[in-house]
Amino acid sequence: MTENVDTTLAPKKVGAPQSFLSRVFESRQLGWVALGIALLAPFVIATPYALNVMTTAAIFVLLASGLNIVVGYCGLLDLGYIAFMAVGAYTSGIIAKAFELPLVFTIPAVLVMTVLAGLIIGAPTLRLRSDYLAIVTLGFGEITRITANNLTITGGPSGIFGIPGLFEVGDFDSQEPAVFYYITVLVVAAFVLAAARLGKSRLGRAWRFVREDEDAAEAMGIHTYKVKLLAYIFGAIWGGFGGILFAAHLSAVSPQSFIFLQSALVLMAVVLGGMGNMRGVVIGALVISLLPELLRDLSDYRYLAFGLLLVVVMVFRPQGFWPARGYEPERRKMEKLDPALKGAS
Amino acid sequence: MSAVLEVKDLQIAFGGVKAVDGLSFEARENEIIAVIGPNGAGKTSAFNCITGFYKPTGGAISLNGKDITGKRPADIAAAGISRTFQNLRLFPDLTVLDNVRAGMHLYGGQNWADAIFHTPRFKRSEAHYTDEAHRWLDFVGYTGPRGVPIRNLAYGQQKQVEIARALARKSGVLLLDEPAAGLNYTEKQGLLSLCRRIRDLGTAIVLIEHDMGLVMELSERIVVMNFGHEIAEGTPAEVKANPAVIEAYLGKDEEVES
Repeated sequence: MTENVDTTLAPKKVGAPQSFLSRVFESRQLGWVALGIALLAPFVIATPYALNVMTTAAIFVLLASGLNIVVGYCGLLDLGYIAFMAVGAYTSGIIAKAFELPLVFTIPAVLVMTVLAGLIIGAPTLRLRSDYLAIVTLGFGEITRITANNLTITGGPSGIFGIPGLFEVGDFDSQEPAVFYYITVLVVAAFVLAAARLGKSRLGRAWRFVREDEDAAEAMGIHTYKVKLLAYIFGAIWGGFGGILFAAHLSAVSPQSFIFLQSALVLMAVVLGGMGNMRGVVIGALVISLLPELLRDLSDYRYLAFGLLLVVVMVFRPQGFWPARGYEPERRKMEKLDPALKGAS
Repeated sequence: MSAVLEVKDLQIAFGGVKAVDGLSFEARENEIIAVIGPNGAGKTSAFNCITGFYKPTGGAISLNGKDITGKRPADIAAAGISRTFQNLRLFPDLTVLDNVRAGMHLYGGQNWADAIFHTPRFKRSEAHYTDEAHRWLDFVGYTGPRGVPIRNLAYGQQKQVEIARALARKSGVLLLDEPAAGLNYTEKQGLLSLCRRIRDLGTAIVLIEHDMGLVMELSERIVVMNFGHEIAEGTPAEVKANPAVIEAYLGKDEEVES
């Protein structure tokens, strides 16, 4: 850890937003606070209904963080993202049921299948941009759902049910709602952290370069096809793990869970939260998944209210709640002055 | 001094239009050469061929003796040619430092697993990227803010950052497409000294430029193009005296003289 040169290069932020709210949002501890809230939530409310809603919301956060890699970081508009969740859910469900294995043992198979799915959707679309890409991904999402609807191995329209739980160790039952909620939260937190860290690495920067200007990125020696494929693959893996948790949560998978509306909702979470900013996307995902439940008192009008709220947010915050801001620490004054003067002379 | 970049009989046609028709030149280490010509002469098309954005329809381009004709831009950049663009092609929403880091993509030093687990290797390489970004910004004489999105900066500063980004690629050949366009007098003087400092690093510079004063002062050799053809090549003095060049600029010879 002593090699972390960050300490010498990380002075006070210059030009960074200084309002109280921004400082709270930018603080490094915020992720831990969020995790703490998620872990303490069952102590506030632990009805089976509430746990069910919260678990679903956590899985939704995982999906949104995966789609944020594709759409937010790399700028590839994907309208069929839920297909990757379908691939993950069906792969783990089918294998776990056929071999009567706990779901954790299906992780390698899910990894292989989702990476393949990422390559299959990624490879033919590398040359496409924006609207054309959106149409192809939309098609891919629908093809996946319709295929699942018609194959015997996937159980047709009724899907597969009676899927085993994540794992069993003696009396410890991973399917007990509170236990499953905690497992989900920890897995999702790890994936969100991983996605955020990827975004701040060499690969994450390459994704942003491709998003901002593909030609300029190429001119700097960035192989844009490889970089885009990696975005698809990582997005697919995130979606696949969402699928495993989904299958374990409901112990059933059916094609109705993977309709276009689901893809649209995940995309909405990313856009609403702020594309490219993992913190914003987590909040966006929570709003999209929890708000309809909180509005349940409005009965028939709740989706109307939900829709209106989304429109209002987009009018006042067109970039989302919390857009990615390009700020980073300047160099310390002392260091800066001396070589800069040399350069100017 | 050996030739680093060799362009032989380069041709590119768009439909029936021959944008470049038989351009040949070579660039050597520690040398600044200029490609000039009236608007539409095919200078930028030639640059786009050399850097792989266009596939040449004829001719050969070789870098350090290796043929790079028709390869994809990323491979050509990796082989050792970096460039700037006629109209700025920066990454507008990213910070100044991130923009310069783009030129360092090929340094490697970390993979995705390092990034996810924040290994010491990752931290070392990130620190190296940041140091290098500052170093190149210092080198080009950039004094503006470095941690803010680049779209908020003045044009002259953006131009400096674009050159810093190209330099960070550490390639043997640097192609500058109209580096002085839109700069004021002081900034042009800064560019002049910067180009000389870049040359002294051992880099071969090929520049397209319309500012004749700058071209004549800076370049050791000049290639003149008109309508896709190469009409003259030589030292600034030779080119200035060449009747074909004077004709190409049609009465603009006063400007050439200035």
